[in-house]
Amino acid sequence: MIYLDNSATTKPDRSVLESYTKISTDFWANPSSMHQFGGEAGQLVERARSQAASILGVNTSEIIFTSGGTESNNIAIKGIAIQYANRGNHIITSKIEHPSVREPFEQLAENGFRVTYLPVDLDGRISVDDLKNAMTEETILVSVMHVNNEIGTIQPIEEIGAIINKYPKCFFHVDGIQGFGKVPLDLVKSKVDLYSLSAHKFYGLKGTGLLYVRDAIQVASLLAGGNQERRIRSGTVNVAGAVSVAKAMRVSMEKYNKYLSKMKEMHSFLYRELSEINGIVMNSPLAGCAPHIVNFSIPELNNEVFARTLEEKQIYVSTTSACSSKTRALSKVVSELGKGDKVAGSSVRLSLSFETTQEEIETALEVIRESIEKLSELKK
Amino acid sequence: MKRIYLDHAATTPMHPEVIETMSKLMGEIYGNPSSTHSFGREAKKLVDSTRRKIAAAIGAAPQEIVFTSGGTEGNNTAIFSAVRSMKDKGNHIITTQIEHHAVLNVCRQLEKQGFTVTYLPVDQNGFVSVEDVKNALKPETILVSIMYVNNEMGAIQPIQEIGEILADHQALFHVDGVQAFCKIPLNVEKLKVDFLSAASHKINGPKGVGFLYVKKGVPFFALQFGGDQERKRRAGTENTISIAGFGKAIEVYEKNLDLYTERNKNINQILREELEGIEHFINSPKEGAVPNILSVSFHDVCVQALLTNLDIVGLAVSSGSACSAGSHEPSHVLKAMFPDDEDRAQIVIRYSFGLGTTEEDARKAARKTIEIVKKL
Ligand SMILES: Cc1ncc(COP(=O)(O)O)c(C=O)c1O
Ligand SMILES: Cc1ncc(COP(=O)(O)O)c(C=O)c1O
Repeated sequence: MIYLDNSATTKPDRSVLESYTKISTDFWANPSSMHQFGGEAGQLVERARSQAASILGVNTSEIIFTSGGTESNNIAIKGIAIQYANRGNHIITSKIEHPSVREPFEQLAENGFRVTYLPVDLDGRISVDDLKNAMTEETILVSVMHVNNEIGTIQPIEEIGAIINKYPKCFFHVDGIQGFGKVPLDLVKSKVDLYSLSAHKFYGLKGTGLLYVRDAIQVASLLAGGNQERRIRSGTVNVAGAVSVAKAMRVSMEKYNKYLSKMKEMHSFLYRELSEINGIVMNSPLAGCAPHIVNFSIPELNNEVFARTLEEKQIYVSTTSACSSKTRALSKVVSELGKGDKVAGSSVRLSLSFETTQEEIETALEVIRESIEKLSELKK
Repeated sequence: MKRIYLDHAATTPMHPEVIETMSKLMGEIYGNPSSTHSFGREAKKLVDSTRRKIAAAIGAAPQEIVFTSGGTEGNNTAIFSAVRSMKDKGNHIITTQIEHHAVLNVCRQLEKQGFTVTYLPVDQNGFVSVEDVKNALKPETILVSIMYVNNEMGAIQPIQEIGEILADHQALFHVDGVQAFCKIPLNVEKLKVDFLSAASHKINGPKGVGFLYVKKGVPFFALQFGGDQERKRRAGTENTISIAGFGKAIEVYEKNLDLYTERNKNINQILREELEGIEHFINSPKEGAVPNILSVSFHDVCVQALLTNLDIVGLAVSSGSACSAGSHEPSHVLKAMFPDDEDRAQIVIRYSFGLGTTEEDARKAARKTIEIVKKL
């Protein structure tokens, strides 16, 4: 069994599971409760908050625990737009964002905001000049993802931050969900104001995540209630979940330090070998790509059939992002690369974890070669 | 010193079977339910199995269940969705003075947006009057949101009668079922509700998961979007393992409901009897309340000191709901029950119990309370 769908979700690390289970067993109280049980649970949440903050190089008070990446993105985008609507009504994002960013923007557009969607080049990268030209005095929010979930392109976050920083009324949100633990990012240096994470993408559990919100910033909350989490996110705090997020971050950084160079080597190898196969068009950029994602298209073949052929050999990949797997259509992201519908309609993503081995990659390559040959034969 | 936890209305310990189920599944089933390959499919099975359990438990169809991150999200989603879908039909909302903040604060926010909200009073037993609901209804009423069981004193509201009244009115009916789900029989068809929210952590399940029932055919607007999950009603990768844990918690509750109810009644009775030793008021209604919550007011003590002292001797109770904790504001629920008796809302202790609570715990808790109240 070779699991190459780690961008959809990762296998949680054993220590994260242990930590979740231990906290659930021993410290299950409601951290808002005033008694000892509550106090102990609260202390654990605060410790997790401070660990998460220190890994991100930010202040403890700047971490808000959420139910995952989608919620973090929704809070950041709608929360800023609603809170600061009186400052301006222009917001900017890219054309290749995850639906959990794109759709909130679409909703804001329906509610009277003017949205600029920045295009991307053949590599899937926005142009910093485009951003410069789009910025106005009315712009209150720019949201650009760090690493694209389908093709792995890394955006120039630091340069983007520097531009936005010249507009004091404008906030900068980064969807860091695919980047964290794979591609370094200095939030402070890059002038990032809000940053979303989802733990199941880096050895944590589904339904847990966080949002970094710079201290000085207020965000309108989307959930009214008990005013937990700096009044930004009401609802009983998922104590074991929060602790497991911090644990997953630590585990993830340890693996990053140990195995990054190995992952990079495998990634280059995989990229090189794939690009030499007849019938494959590479979608991931050669340079400036996250080390865990390789995306290509098989324009003459059906990518769903291809994925099923691989699955028969117990190799698990994905055809579009998992979140939209149900709607069989062109990949929105690959479409934006401007390589035509055939390419956009036949993309395949392989995504690695730090546990992926060279052997697995070689086996997968072999099966990929065979399958393409076989399916091409059948077509003739 | 063995500590005693009598704050099950705030949150509950996870049932050992729930922990076992989750720990087992966690290492095995980790696919993304949206993935089409076998990892995804087996994860999706977990989610749908709990969905079916919930549906069966409340007399709904599986497609009517939307998983959420908890009670607050369920309440917010239901209310915002209802007013959005009905905004052309009126701007009047009816709720009660004793709702949880996850309803009250949404209503206050809606008032700022121009909606008119009627906050119905309750009687001294904590019950909303069906007559009051009838009288408050206007042609332009678009939503009625009333909790099934109050979290501070346990009164069960006449939801079925209210549902009857609303049956031939345009208003949508939302019920906060967070303290009711699994604790009392609950059938959405009988109750004629359009939305019902619940949370797993109140029934010995994990935190961070809950559900919202949305009646088939009722227009729905998601609060959180950006993915096709939950039939586009709640975007975000599903919290698969916690959902499976929630399913287990429901199963355990269903198997033991009679036993749990009997036990809680017994604990309730013991607390009442033991507290005879000191002057007090019982705020929970004698009839028509869930047995696992007992709210009591005392005379002439400082509630802050009382709680602190109880905590020192290892007794965990609360004065109001945990969510408004952080400060000991007088309980809005008790204020609604006794508008003319400010003290009564000030000095409230809520005992709430469940899994693991013993008769001995109840006796000790009452005795410790008496000791400390007398000392203070
Ligand atoms: C870039 C990106 N943003 C947001 C999300 C949403 O995260 P979640 O599904 O955990 O809410 C994902 C993954 O699904 C993602 O890859
Ligand atoms: C009646 C009631 N409604 C809503 C909630 C909110 O649920 P949660 O904290 O899980 O979001 C609670 C508990 O906190 C409650 O008791």
